[in-house]
Amino acid sequence: MNIMDIITDPNTRWILLGTMFLGLSSGVIGSFAYLRKQSLLGDTLAHAALPGICVAFMLTGVKSTSYFLIGAALAGLVAVFLISVLTRYSKIKQDAALGIVLSSFFGFGIVMLTQIQQSEYGNQSGLDTFLFGQTASMVMSDVYMMMTVSFILIFTCTVFFKEFKLLSFDPGFAKGMGLPVVFLDYFIMMLIVAAVVIGIQAVGVVLMASLLITPAVSARYWTERLHIMVILSGIFGMLSGVSGTLISTSVNDLPTGPLIVLSATVWFFFSMLFAPKRGVLSSIWRRVSTKKKYSLEQDRRKGSHSS
Amino acid sequence: MNQAALKVENLTIAYHKKPVVEDVSFEVPEGNLIGIIGPNGAGKSTLIKGILELIPKISGHITIKGSTYKSMRKSIGYVPQRESVDWDFPTNALDVVMMGRYGHLGWLRRPGKSERQKGMECLEKVGMAEYANRQISQLSGGQQQRIFLARALAQEADIYFMDEPFVGVDAATEKAIIQLLMELKEKGKTVLVVHHDLSTVKEYFDWTMLLNKKVMKIGPTEEVFIPEYLQATYGGRLAILSDTKSGLLLK
Amino acid sequence: MNDFWIILVGALVAGSCSVLGCFLIVRKMTLIGDAISHSVLPGIVLAFLITGTRDSVPMLIGAAALGLLTVFLIQLFQSSGVQSDAAIGIVFTSLFATGIVLVSLYTQQIDFDLEHVLYGEIAYTPWNTMTIAGIEAGPKAVWIVGSCFILNLILIFLFFKQFKLVSFDPSLAAAMGIPVLFFHYLLMSLISLTTVASFDSVGSILVVGMLIIPAATAYLLSDRLSRMILVSIGVGGLSSVIGYYSATILDASISGCMVGSAAILFGLAFLFSPGNGVVSLLLKRRKSKESHA
Repeated sequence: MNIMDIITDPNTRWILLGTMFLGLSSGVIGSFAYLRKQSLLGDTLAHAALPGICVAFMLTGVKSTSYFLIGAALAGLVAVFLISVLTRYSKIKQDAALGIVLSSFFGFGIVMLTQIQQSEYGNQSGLDTFLFGQTASMVMSDVYMMMTVSFILIFTCTVFFKEFKLLSFDPGFAKGMGLPVVFLDYFIMMLIVAAVVIGIQAVGVVLMASLLITPAVSARYWTERLHIMVILSGIFGMLSGVSGTLISTSVNDLPTGPLIVLSATVWFFFSMLFAPKRGVLSSIWRRVSTKKKYSLEQDRRKGSHSS
Repeated sequence: MNQAALKVENLTIAYHKKPVVEDVSFEVPEGNLIGIIGPNGAGKSTLIKGILELIPKISGHITIKGSTYKSMRKSIGYVPQRESVDWDFPTNALDVVMMGRYGHLGWLRRPGKSERQKGMECLEKVGMAEYANRQISQLSGGQQQRIFLARALAQEADIYFMDEPFVGVDAATEKAIIQLLMELKEKGKTVLVVHHDLSTVKEYFDWTMLLNKKVMKIGPTEEVFIPEYLQATYGGRLAILSDTKSGLLLK
Repeated sequence: MNDFWIILVGALVAGSCSVLGCFLIVRKMTLIGDAISHSVLPGIVLAFLITGTRDSVPMLIGAAALGLLTVFLIQLFQSSGVQSDAAIGIVFTSLFATGIVLVSLYTQQIDFDLEHVLYGEIAYTPWNTMTIAGIEAGPKAVWIVGSCFILNLILIFLFFKQFKLVSFDPSLAAAMGIPVLFFHYLLMSLISLTTVASFDSVGSILVVGMLIIPAATAYLLSDRLSRMILVSIGVGGLSSVIGYYSATILDASISGCMVGSAAILFGLAFLFSPGNGVVSLLLKRRKSKESHA
């Protein structure tokens, strides 16, 4: 299949729309996660989703995306809860808590996954597409769900933009102003869970973190203003989602997740190198031209002294 | 003329192109307690870290007793800020003090009986001998500072660098620390201390360095610790209570 | 007998990983360990594609190279202004994604597939034997993972004081002239090697569990770093035993069960550790309330 075939196929068009919105919303909430230094929380939540999905399948016996996603969401909530319990009630630090929850949940998830695959229902479960993502196996209802959740995510971030901004930069000040800091904290984490839950269909649990982190970091290179960063991050997410899906659909054997990640990384390198002011090439150029200007100044001064 | 314990020439340290310590040059004589004071952000900690080559510098040459820093490493003792360490680390007080001996052990030798003994001696000197086997997370701030000091003593150095050793420490510990510093001075050691409390400078230090990115003044405390120089260093954010006594810092 | 080999490999993997994991925990670098265990994948695949064999040496070289590249890239991005956790995320996801793409594209030629990447083939280790000087010497995996375990132990033992000081107080270590960066890269290289050595058996993702969980369990149970390392090896071995038997009962992934067992042991330590457990702290608090009453 070449690109034209893909774009004209109505089914694929819907899938593209879905991943577009998915990338957009991940990019948006990812910006806030980045600012709050919670980038790797998304990774933990994504890995933690696996047992949630398996439990949902085991309880209902049905391959239903909505049930899977409810399972993923609940698992995410449990994960968040456990992370804070670990850090608050023992000397375990934040990074170790994330790592413990991530690998434990994932380990349990793999146990359940292999069990399911051995059973009669195994082959129909479609569960392993959640590991690395496979947009090709998405159906219309999946896409509707993606778009709905994405809309809600983006809408929420727009409405609460001021509050999220304040919370990310200066939680102490926010508290002093009377904002319900703890509630907002959990609220943002729930939004991250939501983004993870819809994202894992396309990107898979292992690589979902990338869609939350990489577009946000790429956007950071282009601007100092938060609202531009958020929008740009959404756009990068969108572009990554779309290109990853296109390539994955045209080459049958490739899972979508890694391709979306690689697209996002390409945009990252592009931003890192070429962004004006903060990009690498522009800093090198500036350093060189400042050195030149400085040495010209020196020469001029020397010249005026000696004459 | 005695050789300078420490000689710093043209030391510049920058962070993201902004100079934090700018073209600093000075000499300190042996056998003195030197206080380094200045406002927040003046580069006091940075200065020490630059001298000890813990952070990269743009320029500068350091001489210790006439030789290069690298060759004199074994003669240098360092007490970093207490918060630079994670006190949940699984280790006890004696173990921490023994770490002070690692510089003398070379690559492969393991700490043995004589290191343990030296460690216990140093713990005794700071009054912490009974806490030798105590987990460091169970120690109070003052006790933690004491074992940091004991560790520095274990280094058996000729010149010591201490970064804000009196912060968050109870009065008894502060007295104990300053007594120890006096003993070191009597033995001819040199001690440079980044200090935060202006009210005790005159009492504790023979020499004082006023630092605010550059060395504003350095010399014997009586000559240097006077309102004129203090105001210059602190940029007028200082309210002096009285001329003969110490100043009160106003932010 | 086969049970024994499988449990042994699992225990050796857990042991090798947890020794290194102890340092990650006390240095708060567990996520970098997580990153490295993911990023070595393209190194392994490239080694296979270039040499055409699944020989260990090229794979170990490939892994060590990728491990160093990972740490280097993370530091590069950090100095370019990216936050440390985000830098870690970008590096490992892109490298791992590259690895997955390579595996998917060349699946026919390699006999490893995506699932192998995730959870290895520990069940096959007893049959994958090797001969040394013409003598049947037991499963290859035991030799590889065993050598890795011994290598880790030897290096950590030899340089214990350096690793300890560099982890506890890197500024003092640097002031004493101990090459802090060298030991940092040494630790990261050992992690890369251990990941690859374990990869065939337990898969790259489950290595993370073995790097972090037994060490975290030991962290809650020990007062001294040396004891923490020994306890973590013990906990790792125990997880391997429990994991194997539960996998046979449940008919599930052996490596998954091993990680799951490690997690349960951690949970027990979290609750019941005499010094640090939640239950004992609650009991202590109640006792002091009573004595004040």
